[in-house]
Amino acid sequence: MDLIKVLVVDDEPGIRSGVARVLRDFTVSYPFMDEACKFEVIEAPTGEDAIQIVNTNLPDIILLDNKLPGIQGIEVLEYISKNQIDVIVVMITSYASLEVAVRANKSGAFDFIPKPFTPQELRSSIETITKQVYFRRMAKKLNTAGKQIRFQFLSVLSHELKAPLNAIEGYLRMIQEKQMGDNLEDYEQVVNRSLDRIQGMRQLILDLLDLTRIESGSLNRNLQNIDIVQIAQISMDTVRPLAIQRDITLNFNHPDTLMFNIDAKEIEIVLNNFLSNAIKYNRDGGQVFFTLKVADEHLHIVVEDTGIGMTEEEMTRLFKEFVRIKNQKTKNISGSGLGLSIVKKIIDSYNGDIMLTSTPDKGSTFTVSIPFTT
Amino acid sequence: MSKKTILIVDDDMDYLFQMKKKVENLGFDVVTAEGQYEAENLIQSFKPDLCILDLMMENDDSGFILSYKIKRKYPEVPIIIATAVTAETGISFDVRSEEDRLWIKADLYMDKGIRSDQLQREINKLLKL
Repeated sequence: MDLIKVLVVDDEPGIRSGVARVLRDFTVSYPFMDEACKFEVIEAPTGEDAIQIVNTNLPDIILLDNKLPGIQGIEVLEYISKNQIDVIVVMITSYASLEVAVRANKSGAFDFIPKPFTPQELRSSIETITKQVYFRRMAKKLNTAGKQIRFQFLSVLSHELKAPLNAIEGYLRMIQEKQMGDNLEDYEQVVNRSLDRIQGMRQLILDLLDLTRIESGSLNRNLQNIDIVQIAQISMDTVRPLAIQRDITLNFNHPDTLMFNIDAKEIEIVLNNFLSNAIKYNRDGGQVFFTLKVADEHLHIVVEDTGIGMTEEEMTRLFKEFVRIKNQKTKNISGSGLGLSIVKKIIDSYNGDIMLTSTPDKGSTFTVSIPFTT
Repeated sequence: MSKKTILIVDDDMDYLFQMKKKVENLGFDVVTAEGQYEAENLIQSFKPDLCILDLMMENDDSGFILSYKIKRKYPEVPIIIATAVTAETGISFDVRSEEDRLWIKADLYMDKGIRSDQLQREINKLLKL
């Protein structure tokens, strides 16, 4: 249960203990909260005490009387706003002159509770403020998490971009230092590997562009009622040379036409990724079974391969950015590590699902279902 | 005196290829492994004169683990850990203090972009050539 700390600043002990009593067994819950909020009451008889508590044990809410023996409530409020302390202040006062109210408002007081107040008035005021506290906490949490993910993404990205550069630089140095001797033919592997790494880097950059485009939201999305079968034929043509090279048979099972409301470019990215993976992670002479169909108001895309498959543990990591399953079987297969995370983002944005079944050395089956939108 | 044999372990096939060539050109025999586990199997039946290990392979600390295992089997075989980590993260590893030496069983850390002449000097020093 979430705990919210409430500091009561009032020189009358009766008010302080009254607030403590009212909030002791009080809880606030809203449908959007994971769990109900409880309250812990801290008491301060003077403004000076309040400032000390704010600095050592920061509460979430301050119930602040204006008329205090030493410094006034309004000065405590001004101290809080001047130091940009993250706390919600509610003024409680029976002497709320207009002038004090205006000053308090300017200094960021969230609300006023006139004194005397009933337990019910206090509770309903606290309820509203609790919602505010909850939102602030969530915003902070999201902000921190977002920054962390961004940082991780960038550091992995810079590694992924640097690795091919290092490799290519190494090869160029070999040529520069004539490490393979004076015969130009002996450098064929050096040159070919450099070209491969450049190609890999280009693919990574293209994937990154796709990812940014998708993450920037559906602003540029061009939803059209299109024939998915036609798009699928284009994808098949794209991957066919790869399949022929490795003697892999492509089986395509589909209705004559399949009209669906979707962005043509995005569905092409999805199909290209699944099909090229089904070939890349297949065995020579293997098969790919590709099915498009409509059932239960959903578009279903099924891509099955007879390839290397993967373990349960590998399956859980598969859709994360820059995750490439590293093992003996995949070491010679190149990829940016972004393909499936892009696919997942696209499918998610259409409220679709991806299911994956896989058996090591037998093959994997990816099943996508996207609802017909209304 | 017969040629010394150097074991190079790295999961990046390009780096492995380049390093192998570089070390061969310095006049050594080279045996390669593409990862921690392959290298662990190799050393069961084979004792290199020196090892050059990548740090991050199957795991982020594969180089350390492998280094520890090699040292346990062959305490006298010098180990170099080659890493690009310094350039990428700014974290620099070094094994100057005795305490580090106890903890990480490597004799030298070197940057992956090391020049041939520097590499030769370091290898000769470790092999007392």
